[in-house]
Amino acid sequence: MYRYDEFDHTFVTQRVAQFREQVARRIAGELTEDEFKPLRLMNGLYLQLHAYMLRVAIPYGTLSSRQLRQLGYIARRYDRGYGHFTTRQNIQFNWPTLKDVPDILADLAAVEMHAIQTSGNCIRNTTADATAGVAADEVADSRIYCEIIRQWSTLHPEFSFLPRKFKIAVTGSGRDRAVTAAHDIGLRLKLDADGNPGFEVLVGGGQGRTPILAVTIREFLPERHLLSYLEAILRVYNQLGRRDNIYKARIKILVRETGRDEFARLVEEEWAHIRDGELRLPDGEIERIQAYFAPPAYQALDDACPELAVQRAGNRAFDAWVGSNVEAHKRPGYAVVTISLKPHGGIPGDASAEQMEAVADLADRYGFGEIRVTYKQNLLLPDIRKGDLFALWQGLVAAGLATANAHRVTDIIACPGLDYCNLANARAIPVAQAISERFADPERERAIGNVTVNISGCINACAHHHVANIGILGVDKKGKEFYQVTLGGAADENAAIGDIVGPAFDEDRIADAVETVVDVYLAERRGADEPFIDTYRRIGLKPFKEKLYAAH
Amino acid sequence: MPNTAITANRLADGFVIYLTADGGWSESLADAAVATSDDELEGLQAVAERAARAGTVIAPYAFDVETDAGRPLPRGRREILRTLGPSVRTDLGYQAARS
Amino acid sequence: MPLIKNGARLQDPWFAVATEEELDRSGPMLVPLALWQEHRDRLVDRVGPIGIRLASHESPAAIAGDLERFDLVALEFPKFTDGRAFSYARLLRERHGFTGEIRAVGHVLRDQIAFLLRCGFDAFDLDERAAAGWQAATGAFSAWYQPAADADAPIPARRRYAVPARASVAVIRSEPVQPPAPEPAACAANWAY
Repeated sequence: MYRYDEFDHTFVTQRVAQFREQVARRIAGELTEDEFKPLRLMNGLYLQLHAYMLRVAIPYGTLSSRQLRQLGYIARRYDRGYGHFTTRQNIQFNWPTLKDVPDILADLAAVEMHAIQTSGNCIRNTTADATAGVAADEVADSRIYCEIIRQWSTLHPEFSFLPRKFKIAVTGSGRDRAVTAAHDIGLRLKLDADGNPGFEVLVGGGQGRTPILAVTIREFLPERHLLSYLEAILRVYNQLGRRDNIYKARIKILVRETGRDEFARLVEEEWAHIRDGELRLPDGEIERIQAYFAPPAYQALDDACPELAVQRAGNRAFDAWVGSNVEAHKRPGYAVVTISLKPHGGIPGDASAEQMEAVADLADRYGFGEIRVTYKQNLLLPDIRKGDLFALWQGLVAAGLATANAHRVTDIIACPGLDYCNLANARAIPVAQAISERFADPERERAIGNVTVNISGCINACAHHHVANIGILGVDKKGKEFYQVTLGGAADENAAIGDIVGPAFDEDRIADAVETVVDVYLAERRGADEPFIDTYRRIGLKPFKEKLYAAH
Repeated sequence: MPNTAITANRLADGFVIYLTADGGWSESLADAAVATSDDELEGLQAVAERAARAGTVIAPYAFDVETDAGRPLPRGRREILRTLGPSVRTDLGYQAARS
Repeated sequence: MPLIKNGARLQDPWFAVATEEELDRSGPMLVPLALWQEHRDRLVDRVGPIGIRLASHESPAAIAGDLERFDLVALEFPKFTDGRAFSYARLLRERHGFTGEIRAVGHVLRDQIAFLLRCGFDAFDLDERAAAGWQAATGAFSAWYQPAADADAPIPARRRYAVPARASVAVIRSEPVQPPAPEPAACAANWAY
């Protein structure tokens, strides 16, 4: 993991002191809310429906056990005993008081964390695939580049007042596990003919009311040019991005209105001036950061683990959990474990202070003390010996964290919705809970297989419903909550935006509608090996639509 | 004119508060002053704007209420949730804090 | 509003021209881009300093060929959230080599001053409150992560050349400390990221 040096420590400490002074000025009445708002947002502090909300950055979703324990401590000490993990690999606390926030930031700084740029019209926390460093198919470790981007983008003097927020994601292999196509900039690691790492550069992806998938503006960017190229893109956007209409201010609109080729030309023209300047990564810099992400002290193990087979045969619940929540590791004898934060009927992404501490303890005991936060609002232990899986699972069962549903229909992404959020039009969590309860039977869930279900409480699409196989968008119609369904979206390397099926369903019928969609899929699929998205692409919207609106 | 009350969030903790008849703020909608005419509403809004300028409250706005025996009740999902806290964590919302 | 240049309060010597008639005045004169473009032939022969004022949608590229005629470029902030001029100032300094005054005018918050300085602004039209907070606003950080238009070595360069942050006594590596170069532009080139 990356560790702060003296410079990082000094910087974050000074940032806390600066915000402490800004809060004091606000409380003393020297700053109006209009003046204070951009300052608090750039420190992750929102005002939500019922209280302030503090969004803490978890850079590229990587946490040490010490950091996760500290998040649990903050939840208990300053909040109401829980936190909410988000699709952008951050954590949100829902009840901090204004005067406590500088103390929370100081407690975060003590474990090398911060809330810098988790909001505001600036470069947000860069996200990565949660299996970086351990995925068998990886080209290069995306965390290295994310850390380089994190430092460069932190309080960037030129790019802190962009037309709109700006999100960058990096994925380490051809399998896109970071939804790069839905980001302002998506970077896909690849190798050139000589085996040197670099990036395919995509720009202009985004969701919201105008969902657009990113387009490639450069097939291969050598790694040493990473920052100069990002600076060129941001500089073009900062000057030309629209500032007259908040809904047209994202880079996706600029790219669309300018055209891919012309936008790429503008970037290349700017880049030509700066590519060999100060931002060019010097020899040794990538290696210096890479050293922080050196593999842990793996043991030489056989990949086959006979005791695991015996344990699976002897315990159906454990067997089901291994089947859904355990994935291949690049090292023999190790496995990657998803800890589901989606208990059936529970709140997606929420974890209690006790659960955070339990996961931290389990990570120390079985997994080199490292935890990841995933795009799907789950936690992940990247390095578990296969022989330890059963003991780990027992620990997770005790903490209420052993739900065997990773990637399944109840592994639902949901935004906080109107239960917490000031922008929402409808609640999202209760809908997730209703659907989750509907599909709680493990046998049925396993039979359905992998499918993504995402629920957003408004058109801002924080839950990425546009790129879900089954997307649900909450809308308000004359004071009542309705839910619009989209089908066929995908968030992987074959990213797609879902198609709207038709009129929205009310609160009481949305779980039925999802069940109908699933039933059509089960009836139409060519065998259990054909996942939902493949069936949808084969048969299209029509059969689903007919069944959904048959009674009308 | 529909019956109207004024709400805002408190600077110190962001909690939902309601303007009372004596120009103070309460966490309970039951304590809220209810305007039944444009004049009354303007008067309440002036008080609320002063509080916002003074920095003790954030983003005050008027919203429609029903009245039951003179007691204001929220209308619309959003305002109902604002009086109660998150519907999915009734153990931790305002209900819990007040019990 | 107080004018602050290089950290000191000054009386503003510049007259802000608003109409064509005012172009006949003597003394330092700040001219909006439209008037400059319309009366360029007449103004190039003028004796006395000329400054140019650019609105936030007016890129310095429009005057790149005339930059040596100006002692001042004033960049407007119609509201503090309009951040285009941050890029303009860097381009003026780093791309076009402009060494005159770059002044921020309009709606600028005290908490933006440090960013403005880093982007190459050296003068500010500030309201009293912002001017009073100058010290706190510019002293909050001892080092920054990324290179910009200022002469300070960014953190990556400090790491490489073992330059401690101002508030820090740590020496990270034992390589010899590079002497800072005199010119900002040359200095920037030396601090390879």
